[in-house]
Amino acid sequence: MMLVRYLSQIGKYFIMLAEIFKKPTKWSVMRGLVFKEIDDLIIDSLGIVSFISFFVGGVVSIQTALNLTNPLIPKYLIGFATRQSVVLEFAPTFISIIMAGKMGSFITSSIGTMRVTEQIDALEVMGVNSLNYLVFPKLIALLLFPFVIGIAMFLGILGGWLGGVYGGFLSSSEFIQGLQSEFVPFHIVYAFIKTVIFALILATIPSFHGYYMKGGALEVGKASTVSFVWTSVIIILANYILTQLLLAS
Amino acid sequence: MIEVKNVKKSFNGVEVLKGISTTFETGKTNLIIGQSGSGKTVLLKSLLGIHTPDSGTISFDGRIYSELTDDERRDLRTEIGMVFQGSALFDSMTVEENVAFPLKMFTNKTIAEIKERVDFVIDRVHLENAHTKKPSEISGGMQKRVAIARAIVNNPKYLFCDEPNSGLDPKTSIVIDNLIQEITEEYNITTVINTHDMNSVMEIGEKIVFLKQGVLAWEGSKREIFKTDNAAVTDFVYSSNLFKKIREAQNKEV
Ligand SMILES: Nc1ncnc2c1ncn2[C@@H]1O[C@H](COP(=O)(O)OP(=O)(O)OP(=O)(O)O)[C@@H](O)[C@H]1O
Ligand SMILES: [Mg+2]
Repeated sequence: MMLVRYLSQIGKYFIMLAEIFKKPTKWSVMRGLVFKEIDDLIIDSLGIVSFISFFVGGVVSIQTALNLTNPLIPKYLIGFATRQSVVLEFAPTFISIIMAGKMGSFITSSIGTMRVTEQIDALEVMGVNSLNYLVFPKLIALLLFPFVIGIAMFLGILGGWLGGVYGGFLSSSEFIQGLQSEFVPFHIVYAFIKTVIFALILATIPSFHGYYMKGGALEVGKASTVSFVWTSVIIILANYILTQLLLAS
Repeated sequence: MIEVKNVKKSFNGVEVLKGISTTFETGKTNLIIGQSGSGKTVLLKSLLGIHTPDSGTISFDGRIYSELTDDERRDLRTEIGMVFQGSALFDSMTVEENVAFPLKMFTNKTIAEIKERVDFVIDRVHLENAHTKKPSEISGGMQKRVAIARAIVNNPKYLFCDEPNSGLDPKTSIVIDNLIQEITEEYNITTVINTHDMNSVMEIGEKIVFLKQGVLAWEGSKREIFKTDNAAVTDFVYSSNLFKKIREAQNKEV
């Protein structure tokens, strides 16, 4: 029974995805919606993303330094480890999980509220494709998500550099030597491919949970929680699959 | 004219509409009345296509809804104005933006033309001072009027109102009822209103459909409703003491 329910939810999700692109809203209206979503989803997240990235980058660097007790291991590895963990996992995956909480619950609760107050019915009755109207601008806005992750990478490494150098663990030039050593350009490509996929997940799964919710204000809160759980689970699974496909083969 | 033929609708095995057939006429205010839970909202939402009837047909001046393509349905919907039970205003937009919304979405009017039309309908519902307010900043009665303005701004052929005066004081209710009736006549709209307000029935009930537990138990006009012997109708009509007394007074006169 559970399985059947999950499968039918998954089916409904893909039907929703197709529906988003039908009967597009006039560009003159859509443009305004896209700018509003960029403001709400992207600009509004920069503060928290910067804060978290900077300090976690610092901690990664300090932790690595504290664990490299063997004097035979060169210190520049601290820079190398910071770069690898920030670029490969911390910025793309963990910032996305945090955004599943921030953006995701915002998306679910705002669409869910429109559902319970009949605003979505009002759109449909007027002849608007409500899925296109509500979800498409979020998808477009989240095309800027890689930009957010780029900032997270930069600030994470900056935090690592400051933490390492000013904590007295290694010199600035050692850290930079570490940043440059064994650099694989494809790792950057891999990180941004992940980011784009996560952005699509972040835009659509919370929308799905808000759009198809039933009930009242209480259920809006519940839907946000459920949406956060599913968005994170799917991001983690996608991360595993993408890593296997892109790096391990 | 909207023709409803044998419409049935169930939720989770419970039949809410048990085969409704009636017609709603053009240029008239058609009322659906009945007790809370009798299926008024479900019938209205079935007319709108928000609920899909399990069986039966609904046709809008000959266009049978269930036989239309998705595009034809969306075109038909641009001819429909709807006032929801809870107003359903877009709470991210101001009053003006709410009213302008259908015009921005579905017409090629210039900004100046839109502004002119929006100002006109906002004046029409007497909301001159609310243009730039958000829905959360105005009273329930004002929200209803904004909803009416939004529903009529694009000259609909069909106007649906779900309890347009629930939660309003009697005076404001009458203003809104009269407003809807005037607009209906002026623009020759097919208007369907859900209500359980007997004042509305007496004011604007040109055609009345009485629902009882999902069955169409009676239909007629406001003149006929006070003369009928149908027990269910009299029970509903005279459930208020005021109307009981009026009837007793009338009986004494006779
Ligand atoms: N979406 C739904 N799912 C399940 N049952 C529903 C749904 N909508 C309505 N019902 C049921 O259908 C019946 C009729 O409801 P409806 O909302 O049409 O009543 P109403 O006549 O509009 O009442 P009111 O005057 O209180 O608005 C109720 O018993 C309600 O529980
Ligand atoms: Mg109702």
